Amino acid sequence: MKKKLDISKILFTIGMLGISIFFLVPLIWMMSAAFKFEKDVMVFPIQWIPKDWNLVENFKAVWMADIPFYKFYFNSIKLATIQTLSTLIFSSMAAFSFSKLQFKGRDFVFALVLSFMIIPEQATLVPRFILIKWLGLYNTHEGLILMGLFSIYFTFLMRQYMVGISNEYIEAAKLDGAGYFKIYWSIILPLCKPILATAGIIKFIWIWNDYQGPLIFLLNKDLYPITLGLQLFKDDYADNFAVLMMASMSAVIPLVIVFIILQKQVIKGIALGGVKG
Amino acid sequence: MENKVINTSVPVNYVHNKTFWTNRRKEGLFGWLFLLPEIIGILLLYLFPLVFSLVLSFSDWNLVGGLQAIHFAGFDNFLKLIEDEKVIMALKNNFIFTIFTVPIGMFLAIILAVIIHTKVYMSSYFKIAFFIPYISSIIAIGAVWSALFHPSLGPINQFLTGIGIENPPIWLASPKTSLISIIIITIWAGLGYQIIIYLSSLSSIPEELYEAASIDGASQLQQFFKITLPLLGPTNVFLFITLLIGSFKVFDLIAFLTQGGPNNSSTVIVFRIYEEGFQQFNMGYASAISWLLFIIVGVITLISWKLQKRFVHS
Repeated sequence: MKKKLDISKILFTIGMLGISIFFLVPLIWMMSAAFKFEKDVMVFPIQWIPKDWNLVENFKAVWMADIPFYKFYFNSIKLATIQTLSTLIFSSMAAFSFSKLQFKGRDFVFALVLSFMIIPEQATLVPRFILIKWLGLYNTHEGLILMGLFSIYFTFLMRQYMVGISNEYIEAAKLDGAGYFKIYWSIILPLCKPILATAGIIKFIWIWNDYQGPLIFLLNKDLYPITLGLQLFKDDYADNFAVLMMASMSAVIPLVIVFIILQKQVIKGIALGGVKG
Repeated sequence: MENKVINTSVPVNYVHNKTFWTNRRKEGLFGWLFLLPEIIGILLLYLFPLVFSLVLSFSDWNLVGGLQAIHFAGFDNFLKLIEDEKVIMALKNNFIFTIFTVPIGMFLAIILAVIIHTKVYMSSYFKIAFFIPYISSIIAIGAVWSALFHPSLGPINQFLTGIGIENPPIWLASPKTSLISIIIITIWAGLGYQIIIYLSSLSSIPEELYEAASIDGASQLQQFFKITLPLLGPTNVFLFITLLIGSFKVFDLIAFLTQGGPNNSSTVIVFRIYEEGFQQFNMGYASAISWLLFIIVGVITLISWKLQKRFVHS
């Protein structure tokens, strides 16, 4: 009985390996193309392992271009880090107030705040664009950052988490004479580490992969994050797929490595409701 | 518990009338203080844009000449909207995009998730393999597929010609197949997310249910339809709504790969907003299209909240 089950499991595993290859092959093709001379990229049958290697030249074309790729990297890291940290702080502050402090109108304000989640971000692009122009922040990182400083969605998730934290901690701290900032900072936040980690990872991935925001709010190529940098390579190297694939690979590989290291956290976070956008 | 503490403090304050900053007032002050950054943000980035967008949608303005140059245009934008062939095309494309990506994606995901959950070794490998396309930037994914889909030289068409198909489709370059190409990439890239969602709710189904069922002689197919599928109900609803709303917001791949073309064959609502607002600078008309998007997504969201409530209660 048990042995029979194993055979079917082995068959399913083999079948699934075949299907999973379908999901990895485009990325493997990308890597192999990034290593080749342009003339070999579209040769059929595909040379999975390149005969002639052009890795160094392709790498140079991407990382030492007029606007070198590390600049896009730097911009992406800057944008994602600042917006992630500020979202963690502002959303957890609001969540603390919504879950642990008692005052008149609190639950009404909470419902009101949540109701704004119904607005699709894209529906207010035009007025936000005008606003950012008025503030003199068009074509600056600051303008882009301003729009991602907080997140209603994470406020909601953190509030749900904080509701589950016992009030006894707070009462005890109050008896010791701790103020609200101290309670928030040294009692609530440490207890919220799991949800902060999850929210942080997801927000970081969102910003890292964001294309629409930078496309509309940035003009200067020196300010581009990786996603727009790729757009430049696609426009400039329309007939040089080896370089374009090197650029794509440079964009994808670090995120994949980070994902493999942090996979449990990332998967948990996504399962919690990591809705894209 | 908390309420009791507050109530007892009231008469005490009444007696010691000197201090204005009672505990209760202090808590209220800090409550608002902690909310302040987010409330300012919401007023500035949600409420103001919403109101301003409504004003703009009834006006004619192309950013030039500042606020003085805004003309009231009545319902002109909305009248234009219902006759705009590109908008109708965009709505149609959004609809096609939805009816392909949502059901096909969910169907494939549920099957793969059930197999990964119960039927394979190395299940963590499969989680990673299917998830890598989702975690990768959709723009990098788009760049790779633009090469794979290359009309004459791309590996896909070379393969198709190799197996004897004489005129393979030219994918992103043809009005007939551009949208379907985008759909294929979207399903491919998004499946990992849906599998993860299904897996996390599959793991919460108690093992005993299946054991009891197999003792009663239920086949695995029966178990799937009688146990797994019903218990995945709320997940199905959640995913369906999420994907549905997401499919009306689709933009990145289309802007990156086709710019809505060729011949508007792959244009969608958000791309129309982008085109009118940020390429032509017709701010009034772009706002009117934005309201169309808002209403579509808003209605879906409201219905879904009702639906989800029903599922939670039953």
